[in-house]
Amino acid sequence: MSEAAVAPLPKRPVARKATDETRLTRALLIAVSLAFLGLFLVLPLAVVFAEGLKRGVGAYLEALADSDALASIRLTLIVAAIVVPANAAFGLAAAWAVAKFSFPGKSVLITLIDLPFSVSPVVAGLIYVLVFGSHGLFGSWLSAHHMQIIFSTPGIVLATIFVTCPFVAREVIPLMQEQGTVEEEAALTLGASGLAAFVTVTLPNIKWGLLYGVLLANARAMGEFGAVSVVSGHIRGLTNTVPLQVEILYNEYNIVAAFALASLLAGLALVTLGVKTFLEWRHAEAIAAGRRR
Amino acid sequence: MSAPSSTRANVWRFRAPSVLPGFALTFGCTLAYLGLIVILPLALLVLRASGLGFFGLYDIAAEPRVAAALRTSFLVSFGAAAIDVVFGLIVAWVLSRYDFPGRRLLDAIVDLPFALPTAVAGISLAALYAPNGWLGAPLADAGIKVAFTRAGILVALIFVGLPFVVRTVQPLIAELEAELEEASATLGASRFQTVRRVLLPLLAPALLTGFALAFARGVAEYGSVIFIAGNLAYVSEIAPLLIVVKLEQYDYAGATGIATIMLAMSFAVLLVINLIQAWSRKRFGYV
Repeated sequence: MSEAAVAPLPKRPVARKATDETRLTRALLIAVSLAFLGLFLVLPLAVVFAEGLKRGVGAYLEALADSDALASIRLTLIVAAIVVPANAAFGLAAAWAVAKFSFPGKSVLITLIDLPFSVSPVVAGLIYVLVFGSHGLFGSWLSAHHMQIIFSTPGIVLATIFVTCPFVAREVIPLMQEQGTVEEEAALTLGASGLAAFVTVTLPNIKWGLLYGVLLANARAMGEFGAVSVVSGHIRGLTNTVPLQVEILYNEYNIVAAFALASLLAGLALVTLGVKTFLEWRHAEAIAAGRRR
Repeated sequence: MSAPSSTRANVWRFRAPSVLPGFALTFGCTLAYLGLIVILPLALLVLRASGLGFFGLYDIAAEPRVAAALRTSFLVSFGAAAIDVVFGLIVAWVLSRYDFPGRRLLDAIVDLPFALPTAVAGISLAALYAPNGWLGAPLADAGIKVAFTRAGILVALIFVGLPFVVRTVQPLIAELEAELEEASATLGASRFQTVRRVLLPLLAPALLTGFALAFARGVAEYGSVIFIAGNLAYVSEIAPLLIVVKLEQYDYAGATGIATIMLAMSFAVLLVINLIQAWSRKRFGYV
């Protein structure tokens, strides 16, 4: 076909091509999207801050300075400080084994790693009650040794580890798979130890994906409600994480305090979304493998 | 794979030979961690449930209050996932095809239900749709009651399920080949015909996967539902809540039974998603 036969097509959206919608349809679809997202996503978010600040900044800050609220914030931070590094280490170990070696049953292992995502949070809490609760598998042994897991911090940590353990692994595994083993092999030939190869070659290659996974795991760890609610026992000032404290305050009709505390979690969610969007924008290539699956 | 000429080539090994170190350590740690955290507790649940036997499980599921809760959970999740598919498709289309001010912000907002803790979403939806809330008040004037009814559960499940549909469909819309639409237009199809007869069938597997993910999440959801649902037995009680209720009554068998039914449902959905993807790979050559 000669060049002259084909008129150069204008770049969209100068004029409407046959493969574009009419301007009216576009406007309509955009309006529907805006209305739907505004109604179902933005409005609930706005309510959190509006209700928290309903009685002014003074009441808002007072609610946050309450000793039970502070205790719940402390517990949530402790739980996240244990859970997130543990799951990051697990994710890295799993990714090294899965991505750098080939062995039978690999897809089964990956399915098992993803399994907690398809288990209801309440069921996640229940299974730990069955193992460690007073009527559970180790219940009598634990009480004979004066140890308590359910209705105390270890139970909360375990349940949170369960629900967040796939986050880092599922970001890092595809990334490491895509990068193959050549660079590490080169490092080893040049005399690096295995650990040195991991730290100086593998980690820099996956750092953005790792950060992305850690970010999502942290948001979920701090905000987990269902699983934690089953194993916590709701003891004020002792085993209430922030989401559980929010529930108690709300059920007591202490609406301002509930939403003030909830606004902290909503703020965390917004920061998470912001950093996530930034990573996807600036380091799209570096984390793409995880989302291409 | 070419093996060195030594006799070791004939020895069966669990993993293919590699110069990289650390397999035993990382593989062992992964298995131990998964075994203790995930597999052992879940296996215990299955073991306890098998102790109940099939008829024991059936009796638990057939108990009127449990049956009503399971029905509510499945029905409302189905409806919410269906609504999410319709609006999720529109949102995904708008986000990937059109350029307008605020598009990036809108794109980021879609992930809000992933990031916002469920309890926070729960109380804010409850406040929003309460009879004196921003949306509840006008709706109440119109004679529509949302909070403390199944409609409330529907609203909460639409919220949690939406990103699953959008994020499943969006990458596929971005990868649609322009040639197909051009060919369809050259052959005289109207834009609507092209969308309906060419594009929608191509997006169908992703829409189905998104539906299944949103449905599974809806059935499993707890935190964002319980505040707005009002939790009236037989009316607006969901299955996960009933597990908590049974636990509080020390009815471990009942809790285990409901949990097992829900677990079986999640595995069934996982299986269906894998089947959809296998079918799609065979039919279209992509997932």
